[in-house]
Amino acid sequence: MLYREAGQLKTTYAEDMAVFPIRQDRIALAVLLGIAFIGVPLLATFHIWPFSSDYLLWAILLPFLVLALAAIGTNILVGYCGQISLGSGAFMAIGAYAAYKLGTGVHIPFAWLGFAISIPPLPVLVSILIGGLAAAGVGILFGIPSLRIKGLYLAVATLAAQFFFDWLFLRVPWFTNYAPSGSVNAPELIFFGLIVHTPIERYLLCLTFVAVIAALTKNLVRGNLGRQWMAIRDMDIAAELIGIRPLYAKLTAFAVSSFIVGVAGALWAFVYLGSWEPLAFSIDRSLQLLFMVIIGGLGSIMGSFVGAAFILSVPIMLNLIPTELGVPVSTETITHLEFIIFGSLICYLLIKEPRGFARLISIGKEKLRLWPFPY
Amino acid sequence: MANIARNQLILAAAVLSGVVLTAPAAAQNEQFIPILSYRTGPYAVNGAPYANGAADYYNLINERDGGINGVKLLVEECETSYATDKGVECYERLKSKGPTGAAFINPLSTGITFALTEKTAADKIPIITMGYGRADSKNGAVFSYNFPLLGTYWSAADIAIQHIAKELGGFDKLKGKKISLLYHDSPYGKEPIPMLQVLAQKYGFEFTPIPVTHPGIEQKSQWLAIRQNRPDYVLVWGWGVMNGTAIKEAAAVAYPRDKMIGVWWSGAEPDVTPAGDQAIGYKSLMLQHGAGKFPVHADVEKYVYAKGKGSTEPSKIGEVLYNRGIVNAMLGVEAIRKAQEKFGQKPLTGEQVRWGLENLNLSDARLKELGFEGMLKPIRISCADHEGARDARVQQWDGKAWKVISDWYTANEPLIDPLVSDVSAKYAADKKIQPRDCSKES
Repeated sequence: MLYREAGQLKTTYAEDMAVFPIRQDRIALAVLLGIAFIGVPLLATFHIWPFSSDYLLWAILLPFLVLALAAIGTNILVGYCGQISLGSGAFMAIGAYAAYKLGTGVHIPFAWLGFAISIPPLPVLVSILIGGLAAAGVGILFGIPSLRIKGLYLAVATLAAQFFFDWLFLRVPWFTNYAPSGSVNAPELIFFGLIVHTPIERYLLCLTFVAVIAALTKNLVRGNLGRQWMAIRDMDIAAELIGIRPLYAKLTAFAVSSFIVGVAGALWAFVYLGSWEPLAFSIDRSLQLLFMVIIGGLGSIMGSFVGAAFILSVPIMLNLIPTELGVPVSTETITHLEFIIFGSLICYLLIKEPRGFARLISIGKEKLRLWPFPY
Repeated sequence: MANIARNQLILAAAVLSGVVLTAPAAAQNEQFIPILSYRTGPYAVNGAPYANGAADYYNLINERDGGINGVKLLVEECETSYATDKGVECYERLKSKGPTGAAFINPLSTGITFALTEKTAADKIPIITMGYGRADSKNGAVFSYNFPLLGTYWSAADIAIQHIAKELGGFDKLKGKKISLLYHDSPYGKEPIPMLQVLAQKYGFEFTPIPVTHPGIEQKSQWLAIRQNRPDYVLVWGWGVMNGTAIKEAAAVAYPRDKMIGVWWSGAEPDVTPAGDQAIGYKSLMLQHGAGKFPVHADVEKYVYAKGKGSTEPSKIGEVLYNRGIVNAMLGVEAIRKAQEKFGQKPLTGEQVRWGLENLNLSDARLKELGFEGMLKPIRISCADHEGARDARVQQWDGKAWKVISDWYTANEPLIDPLVSDVSAKYAADKKIQPRDCSKES
């Protein structure tokens, strides 16, 4: 009844291959984008509930967008290409620090060669994108082991990458511009002459990045490259036999995934935190991204969003609900409950529905398309 | 079938209406104070007693005095697990609660302080970093909303060296000695390094910083290096489980514990009790106060614990970090009281409390009234000096209790101030902050 698809005929190949073939889906997406791009900023400007304070924007929507972007990147690697990676936090860190160095000017003195490489501070947009490229380069490097090892062993190799970069950004002071405390401040966010400062502006900035990259990624995974990744994930030996080059597929997966995760890391550091230390991208962050992808749904762009929303909102909900109901629960119990809930949910999902919430949602949608007729 | 559904509906309605009816009415004459605490994670052993002390003092003010001049305190805790992003989220959630927003913020983490410094300045909420935080935030002309009360890490570094010099018999004896800093590899641990390098250059001792990765349980290689290097003194700048592990590892390599001096965050009961007898002789700085019970504790026991509203076991009242929580809470409350003198006896905004902090002047007599005699020396905060006081003593663990083994030291301001001006000027230039003119402030 909701999906009245009678009369929706496809007359061209383009219509047939559309990402959202059903008109109701396109309308829903347009409404969602309208709310996201226009509705939320309007409500927030006039402080109408639920945007009566900055909290929803600053502390929920902003991290949701950035982490969803990082989850999309992780999903490409883990969900679409099947290469388990525990190093996503490190790639976020690379994106963040590379963007920071480029945003504040790079100076590498090659004293023994007699000259120095000196790059003036670049505009923020350029430094974020080049930060992503730097992360992509490093991703390719640390993806080379994937050509020989799979599964748990690859997870350990990427874990090594995580700890290596933890150490690098902590111990090599060049990356933090020799800050004595190791804590760095993001340069001012100036995009095309506009200073991005208020929560609404930051939100719109992140939303633009996420929308563009999600659209590009969705098309990428539906194309040739995405199908190569999925073939490698499903059965890599068979994929190699039918002519898919594992080196190309795996390394491009690492490259694209690390680029997106690097951009997300730069956004996390510049737009959300403003001032950060290497611990912000520790192993906990990598595990958080992995959980988002597993809970949200491996191999699904929408799943990345769902997973990010879930992982972000459950701790906050656990904190808010007892206080709203007036039930006194100590803060440590709430934190412990978080761990319990996440752990049991991951176990349950991996057993019952390994394709995560995204699969549950798409099953729901399939049923909705037929409802109220159950056949 | 329909009956069951109807019954469930009635039950749900009853529960909801009960919840709605018992929901507390929005309080209008209350001052909201958030407590950012960590009761989970590797730093919870030290974070929990601190939060308990603060919560108990706010409770005391409500129970004994009926609030500050009749304005009761509304307190809410938020768990940060010592993580920067959780700390930022807690801050965002709690900063606008209550009729006038949060009075002040105590993040109890240098990392979170760095992340919140800009945000609190923009939101006009003072951030009190008593004994931690950015050392350059002593300069109130640049850092209007940061208050590193009672001591920064640069003062701590200077006082530690003063004590070592005293033990050796004079500053000239420092020449040629080896002093290592075993520090937590985070902004907290790295903060004293510039000051120690300045002091090393001035007094001629050899300074070796030795980092320990978070959370600090792995220290074997660091202590092997210390055993090979044989420094004359080891300064311990740890937090949470790192402190206890440092003492145990020192015992394992037979490094004399009485040559270890911890900063005031590395000298509490949870740090020395895990090592048992091996911790005997370990010294630490005191952020003015030490362990023990003082008149204010008697009040806490009488008005809070006797009514069953205490946050912790009665045996833990009077521990070092519990006392620190009480001191921190007291300073915040007195700042609100001072601000109420100017702005009226009502719930105040962060901006008004900031004025109260900047004009806080606690004399010996006032401290005695409050029940803190013997714990603190007089404090005077001003626009140019957001530290207020830079005195400390040294205490030593004897296996059962902390004993004060030194007189009062005062940090060497003429040595520290140039560094403060330099670093804060650089911050002001980076952030395009126009430093205030302190001579014109009221």
